[in-house]
Amino acid sequence: MSADHRQGAPFAELLLGLRGAGLPVGLTEWMTLMGALKTRVIKPELTDFYRVARAILIKSEVQFDLYDQVFAAVFGDAEMPTALADELMSWLDNPKALPELSAEQLAAIEQLPLDKLRELFEQRLREQDERHDGGNRWVGTGGTSPFGHSGYHPGGIRVGGSGRHRSASQIASERRFQDYRSDRVIDVRQMAVALKKLRRLSRSEGQPELDLDATIDATCKNAGELELILQPPRKNQARVLLLMDVGGSMDPHARLVERLFSAANGLGHWRQFGAYTFHNCVYETLYESMWAQEGVSTEEVMRTLDPDTFLIVVGDASMAPTELVSPYGAIDYWHRNETPGIVWLHRLRRRFNRAVWLNPLPQSWWRGYTVELVSQLFPMMPLTLEGLDEAIDHLLRGKPAPVGELDPSLIRSSW
Amino acid sequence: MTQPTSFEGTEQYIASDDLRRIVDVAVALERPLLVKGEPGTGKTLLAHAIADSLGMELLTWHVKSTSKAQDGLYVYDTVQRLHDSRFDDKKVDDISTYIHLGPLGRAFASDKRVVLLIDEIDKADVEFPNDLLHELDAMRFVIPETGEEVAAKQRPVVIITSNSEKELPDAFLRRSIFHYISFPTRELMADIVRVHFPDLGAELLEHAMDSFYALRGVDGLRKRPSTSELLDWLGALMATGVAPESLREHVPMVGTLIKREQDLALLARAAKGPGGRGR
Repeated sequence: MSADHRQGAPFAELLLGLRGAGLPVGLTEWMTLMGALKTRVIKPELTDFYRVARAILIKSEVQFDLYDQVFAAVFGDAEMPTALADELMSWLDNPKALPELSAEQLAAIEQLPLDKLRELFEQRLREQDERHDGGNRWVGTGGTSPFGHSGYHPGGIRVGGSGRHRSASQIASERRFQDYRSDRVIDVRQMAVALKKLRRLSRSEGQPELDLDATIDATCKNAGELELILQPPRKNQARVLLLMDVGGSMDPHARLVERLFSAANGLGHWRQFGAYTFHNCVYETLYESMWAQEGVSTEEVMRTLDPDTFLIVVGDASMAPTELVSPYGAIDYWHRNETPGIVWLHRLRRRFNRAVWLNPLPQSWWRGYTVELVSQLFPMMPLTLEGLDEAIDHLLRGKPAPVGELDPSLIRSSW
Repeated sequence: MTQPTSFEGTEQYIASDDLRRIVDVAVALERPLLVKGEPGTGKTLLAHAIADSLGMELLTWHVKSTSKAQDGLYVYDTVQRLHDSRFDDKKVDDISTYIHLGPLGRAFASDKRVVLLIDEIDKADVEFPNDLLHELDAMRFVIPETGEEVAAKQRPVVIITSNSEKELPDAFLRRSIFHYISFPTRELMADIVRVHFPDLGAELLEHAMDSFYALRGVDGLRKRPSTSELLDWLGALMATGVAPESLREHVPMVGTLIKREQDLALLARAAKGPGGRGR
């Protein structure tokens, strides 16, 4: 008994380690593994235990790496997985809160052109040798220097952290949201189950099929004389257009959006499904993927899709106001859009009356001019399971009211 | 004649050590084995190899987007019965003559232990795997029309393949053993190639592998060439008698390796860039 007990210790540690690392190892799998140990299916050597335990406990190849790290930590001398220890990054990892700024302070913050900014950034990185928080010069957190994060500067360079004011003209940070589980708000399967409700059944097209129940009824009424009842099959007539923001501020949500795309794309139960991407705001061109150089014209997409199409836009709606309401305001320097983004959004909304906007940001973050403008045009729901359910209910609800004209005073070419 | 008790791969199917062990474990624990991996890494062939190696019969259930869990158990052919009652003089009282067992039903009813392959389970509806949970667990089901119970005489070896097109439900995953067939290393790939082309010259193999792994390394390919494409390509190279050295300059019949138009365009662009090998 005591020998058994000792033997069980590292195994329990493995289970706790795996669960602690966020791997969804349940008791069912654990009991299976214990059964395998008891019946000596596993050879009495660590390498065999390693691979058999992996096959029983881990059900996705993306989790293998984490399993390896936990396993090594429990059974070997290796260390438990730790976050990256880069010194600069560690200063930036625990941001100090930003004090509220007065209007004068905001006005006082200088706005620098991009190349000057870059030059200064590199220069200050060379000079800086310690942690800085709350200042206005060094790379740090919570301050008003143009460099660092969690601070405020109208056109600064973000270093690490996530953009709190979401208008940094350029992101000098690596993607830090590589963790699969921490942002796992909903998985593909749950999304697919929710999206499945988005259907519109009708019996109009296709090869007729035998309606067995009706045939039996009719045959009985006919005193046994066979009468076949045929009906066109029930087909889902719903069309879906999915537009996804892949601009810089959406980077933290890339996985979530990807999941929504694969759920919608994999479902294959719609009559027509189109998916395009855009950067921050929709203009005259939509792109088929994040990397696509050539796009398709937004007008073309609007024209070819039936007005009855369900339009689902995914984006944080957070951008510089100019990107939304000014001609030539697009974030890409070489992109010269004559028509402001808000006009395009309005056109989309008028063409597709059944439309929703899914925002991956938590609802409490929905602040700022652009979010407000967009949510006046589109019913906005959070990109969570409840939000998705709500959005689908909204799409399916009765006939929506037509959309009015766009208020021309919203469009501004100068600030 | 003794039946082999562990899976060793076959002459035609080279399995890695890991895979061989995991198959043995799944057979011993009587759990379904879920196999994932890049397309073309031999997921489906694995079931055939297991059946060959263990000397069991193989029953295959190719799942389609319209498949329902019920189809795997049995189908009640009501239309035939209706037809017989009307146009034939057959007796239609015996419903069991109109019950046709599906692959799962046949695997249960078989006197000998069989291998059951449920191929591409992710093709079907999202609820499909959950609908099979009970039957795979209990290895029995009842046909309500006849009241008959079909129970497994010998628990079949269940092999399930998935291309990850859809996520599988948790409850289903918890009950299965999982193996991911990773893409073969160069050494294992050389073994696999030799099994299929024993006459292939060492030089051609060497150059072909260089080109193949270089192609796989190109960033942004939508569908990277896999084992089955490599084998097709090598077959084509041998049939046309390409000089091994020429592969350095140029990849002939690239269409056998790269199937998507976008990927071909991507390669053409990459070749034009600096350091490319030209056309």
